[in-house]
Amino acid sequence: MKAPPGARPPRGAAPAGQGAAAVVSLREVAKVYRMGEAEVSALAGVSLEFAAGSFTAIMGPSGSGKSTLLNLLGCLDRPTSGSYFIAGEDVSRLDDDQLSEIRLRKIGFVFQSFNLIAQLSVRENIELPLYYQGWPHAESMKRAEELAGIVGLGGRLEHRPNQLSGGQQQRVAVARALANDPEVLLADEPTGNLDSATGVQIMDLLRGLNEQGKTIVMVTHEPNIAAYAAARVHMLDGRVDRIEE
Amino acid sequence: MHQSRVARNIRLGIKTLLLHKLRSFLTTLGVVFGVGSVVAMLAVGEGASAEALERIRKLGSDNIILDSIKATEDVQSGSVRSRISIYGLTYDDEDRIGRTFEAVKRTVPVKLVRKEGRLGDRTLEVRVVGTSPVWFDLVRREVIAGRLLGAEDDHGSTNAVVLTEYGARRLLATENSIGQTLRIGGGYFEVVGIVRNEVSSEGVQVPDEEVDAYIPIHVARGMFGDYVVRRSSGSREQEFVELHQIIVQVRSTEEVAATAAGIEAMLARFHKKMDYKVRVPLALLRSAEATKRTFNIVLGSIAGISLLVGGIGIMNIMLASVTERTREIGVRRAIGAKRGQIISQFLIETVVLSSVGGAIGIGVGALIPWLITLFAGMPTVVTAYSVVLSAGISLAVGLVFGLYPAVRAANLDPIEALRHE
Repeated sequence: MKAPPGARPPRGAAPAGQGAAAVVSLREVAKVYRMGEAEVSALAGVSLEFAAGSFTAIMGPSGSGKSTLLNLLGCLDRPTSGSYFIAGEDVSRLDDDQLSEIRLRKIGFVFQSFNLIAQLSVRENIELPLYYQGWPHAESMKRAEELAGIVGLGGRLEHRPNQLSGGQQQRVAVARALANDPEVLLADEPTGNLDSATGVQIMDLLRGLNEQGKTIVMVTHEPNIAAYAAARVHMLDGRVDRIEE
Repeated sequence: MHQSRVARNIRLGIKTLLLHKLRSFLTTLGVVFGVGSVVAMLAVGEGASAEALERIRKLGSDNIILDSIKATEDVQSGSVRSRISIYGLTYDDEDRIGRTFEAVKRTVPVKLVRKEGRLGDRTLEVRVVGTSPVWFDLVRREVIAGRLLGAEDDHGSTNAVVLTEYGARRLLATENSIGQTLRIGGGYFEVVGIVRNEVSSEGVQVPDEEVDAYIPIHVARGMFGDYVVRRSSGSREQEFVELHQIIVQVRSTEEVAATAAGIEAMLARFHKKMDYKVRVPLALLRSAEATKRTFNIVLGSIAGISLLVGGIGIMNIMLASVTERTREIGVRRAIGAKRGQIISQFLIETVVLSSVGGAIGIGVGALIPWLITLFAGMPTVVTAYSVVLSAGISLAVGLVFGLYPAVRAANLDPIEALRHE
């Protein structure tokens, strides 16, 4: 269950759908929701590979299945059929606790509305994944300081989220997503709640992280934001419509 | 390190609760009143019964008290204008009891005569208690002045009398009057000591009365004899009673019941009539303790209901809190918190709430009995067990009523929770 020590995948952006060193791969993944009597197909046989160190945007109109895809990638949900591998491990049939463990060790989330916990300080928000991993307090405090430095919020560790601007809150969220050194960073409309200037800053931050080797998968519907990614996956009616590099 | 993690969880729980100070405070009030009423009610119940138990203990839990009573067939024959009724315990009875039962440590003979006591121009109807010095070993009373009866009084040239505090006040006006001469009936006595007296009340009898005058039994017998003449509405009644009471002290409390039964059987053999009564303070003590238990259970149940209401209040607020914090729960789950970790987070918060409420409740519950004693004069006792019990109960209330909201929080679907609002 634990990430193999020192097994950092090779760096460099690789296009989705090909590449040998895939850190995340989906094979014929389908997701069917049951709504009363009717069955609704949200994903219909999606096969994708995300190479280590890649930066991919997932685009598409609402109802195209991009949110479902992101939930599956984030191990918040299980596919109805097909298989899903993260760092070589099939996670498509794991139970709730095992999925939590995968999220805790291998996945980082950045949300549109930041989703910081209001009663916790910046430091405590960043520490949260480490807290659930059971890190000793002193070490996780130190790690939180490092991460705050990386996202450019070194001096605001003891602030409350509501004392920060939107852009700063999203930086805290990025720091929190990086705390467990995830295999893949999942971003769901990361600039959706920000003005365009602040959005650019956040995208610069993400691009910088990608250049340092972080694998990023981002859902967005804004073409200029998607342009930061090396590859764009266009979804339509629960299928991959086309891949653009 | 594990210890500090628990402390950290509690600290985070407190921090979250302090976000809504008023709400948290109001939530704890239910437990405050519940626990407060448990402690206060038990203290009042305990105080009331402690007083009764103390009185019974003064009778002596290792004693058996035998009283002479007029048998019923004697009382009926009132048509005879003058007759002698002979009844009650005898010197032989006392002697036999002392010799027969190995468990009997000692016996105290008691002869009671009502006489007028006179000192100067003051008079008081006293109950002359003719007894042996051992009386004061069994009926322990504080000596206010002078001394108790001793062995020397049995053979001395002057007649000694020990008065009670009450009697001394009435007859001597001042308590410090050792050595004065008191006239009782036709005899003269020197006051050698004054003791404090207990007053019988609430159905618990003590062997002494406030008008007692204690003299050696052989003096009582010599001076007043075994005959008592009573005159009422023109009729004249004579009674012949050797001993009015025998107090039997048993070696240990374990042997009291068996010895009492033995004495009763023995008296039944030697007495033709039921002209005696056997009283066992220990049995009274046992039944008083049983009453106290019942009392405590009733009071405890009433208090338990208010605790239940308090617990439901906590559950209600925690359920509202779970709904309000659905998004937070979703975020925690997305980050990798397991269901169990969500459960423990919410459980800690409820237990902190109920424990704080319990601590305040114990304080309030200890204060109320104090005020009751101060203003109503009722005795109250806050016992350690009621405090421990309440602390345990408030912890349990937190766990029981926190479990459902916590499980509900943990079972939220993370995707739904993240989308909430």
